[in-house]
Amino acid sequence: MAVMSYADAAKLAIAEAMRADPTVWCVGEDLGRGGVFKQYTGLVEEFGPDRISDAPISEAAIMGAAFGAAMAGTRPIVEMRFADFALCATDELVNQIAKARFMFGGQSRAPMVIRKPMGMWRSSAAQHSQSLESWYVHIPGLVVCCPATPQDNYTMMKAAIACDDPVVYLEHKDIWLTEGEVDTARTGAFGKANIRREGEDVTLVSWSNTANLCVAAAEALAQEGIGAEVIDLVSLWPWDKAAVLESVRRTGRLVVAHESVAVAGFGAEVVATVAQNVMLKAPPVRLGSPRGLIAYAPNLEDQMRVTAEMIAAAAKKTMETEPA
Amino acid sequence: MTLSNFDQEKGLARLHLMERIRAFEEAARRAAVDEGLVLGAIHLSIGQEAVAAAVIEPLRRDDYILSTHRGHGHTLAKGADATAMMKELLGREGGCCGGKGGSMHIADFGVRMLGANGVVGANITIAAGAAHGIKLLGGDQIVVCFFGDGAANRGPFLEGVNWAGVFDLPILFVCEDNQYSASTLTSDMTSGDVAERARALGLRTTQADGNDVTGLAATAAEITARIRETGKPEFLHAKTYRLSGHTYFDPATYRPEGEADHMRETACPIMRLRTDLTRAGVTEGEMDALRQAAAEEMAAALDAARAAPWPADDSVFADVQDIGSPVEEAF
Ligand SMILES: Cc1ncc(C[n+]2csc(CCOP(=O)(O)OP(=O)(O)O)c2C)c(N)n1
Repeated sequence: MAVMSYADAAKLAIAEAMRADPTVWCVGEDLGRGGVFKQYTGLVEEFGPDRISDAPISEAAIMGAAFGAAMAGTRPIVEMRFADFALCATDELVNQIAKARFMFGGQSRAPMVIRKPMGMWRSSAAQHSQSLESWYVHIPGLVVCCPATPQDNYTMMKAAIACDDPVVYLEHKDIWLTEGEVDTARTGAFGKANIRREGEDVTLVSWSNTANLCVAAAEALAQEGIGAEVIDLVSLWPWDKAAVLESVRRTGRLVVAHESVAVAGFGAEVVATVAQNVMLKAPPVRLGSPRGLIAYAPNLEDQMRVTAEMIAAAAKKTMETEPA
Repeated sequence: MTLSNFDQEKGLARLHLMERIRAFEEAARRAAVDEGLVLGAIHLSIGQEAVAAAVIEPLRRDDYILSTHRGHGHTLAKGADATAMMKELLGREGGCCGGKGGSMHIADFGVRMLGANGVVGANITIAAGAAHGIKLLGGDQIVVCFFGDGAANRGPFLEGVNWAGVFDLPILFVCEDNQYSASTLTSDMTSGDVAERARALGLRTTQADGNDVTGLAATAAEITARIRETGKPEFLHAKTYRLSGHTYFDPATYRPEGEADHMRETACPIMRLRTDLTRAGVTEGEMDALRQAAAEEMAAALDAARAAPWPADDSVFADVQDIGSPVEEAF
């Protein structure tokens, strides 16, 4: 078991996959110099510039060309630099990649990993901070994954590269340097949640960096004698309904928290699914960003954040409510 | 006058292919108009058959093509089965895409036809990528990407052509210029010249008469041989004319009066080739026999399609994705 950063964990997974399979390659802007977040550092030295390929600032072409190369028999890892810029390649992802296999009656596959660094990170303002994961969950044909820990970034990157479906792989920019233990013998599966902490009083469901905030909230709640179970979904499509339903059947209380806008966020899907299946002891709570825009000034930016304190407070609120 | 050096055998093969494309589309149009059997929009390439026939002629079976919403001709020329294509137009089981795509998504990966596309211009970056994949895998195939004159005004044109130039990819971009983008005269909405754009992006560019199948085939053979040898992308601007409407139900009244009739009488590529073949000594009877054979083949394809069942209901959930497939997730 080694300790490494979230960024290095994914890099290790990529390097191992590239050693094992010569058809795996990476393409994106600035990759030859390690990528904008240094998440590719050293790879070009080992694999050369054809397999760690630079690209023009042409997001539509990066996505479209990688798709063409996938249909020709390679397994591309596509770097979009910022999830925000991936919007320049929306037709390629949504109309082409996600649909080709179906439209062509199963004649093609798009075994691609589409890396889209997401989330708030320093003062990056409205075009470099978004969390748009729920958009992609809405598109049939795509797998959507939002790992929160170095271990999951290793395990799920490996699973994503091995997957024959296109995987939208959203890494959180604020945790690139977060370190943790990584067991390279562990394998992961989409649709399998990571139970980050067990508890019997309230279930906290989250993903990406907000799952880490849920762990912090659960630690604070434990100080007050409240047992919070933290379910890190890791992948949003497919998502581990069974783990969530099993947990809320025990706890009877649910808080869903995410960094993205609360309105029409994936939290709504989780709450609706629980409501259709389980009678809770208290109304569920859904925490997300207000439907406002992410600003540059810290005091303005912070108003869009979901914090560990807010999550803990929401959990306590569910504890106060008595069944009618 | 007789053309003594005219290759009759090749001329007849091209005539047969162009007659097959036209007969396929005429049969599809009849199935749509007379019987309501073709359910969605179809875009006919009547008048443009020479581009498909000539450019695809020098390709190998393992070379790739990508096409547009107007893709029947390219698909047939690459060797796809007309019956499977007709079934697809009718949305039937046994269609080349299982009835899931229809005309605008026609594809036959067996002959490396990687799909028509319902989004104008979208195939340009994908085609560049297919060539990129070939290069990474060390293959010696080439890619041909067909698109319309209107597509050259979309962003993927710049991004895809630049990409092919940057990475030195074995691809031929073919702008099949039928002069119209739906009801709009493309020149009204285009600044500058499309071939000049490709040239500015560093591609060797050729302009050709897209209705002269003989000349265009020679040009295409030369270009594709060069691409195979150099591995460098090229651009072909083939000028043609769409004799039918944008879709089969478009009366195309936006055209100047008499324009289409004039072009049908003077520029139809089938008519032009027949004239050349006549001069080379081929009889009307021989050429009519090819037309007749094409008509019979496509009538039989339509009969087979008409008789085919709808796809199985549950196939709608197949081939969406392996992980998180809607079959498991529907509720
Ligand atoms: C991105 C996009 N915009 C608009 C359309 C609607 N549309 C379909 S075909 C067409 C005309 C395309 O013209 P051109 O590229 O010259 O091809 P042609 O139809 O002449 O073969 C239009 C506007 C579309 N399918 N995709």
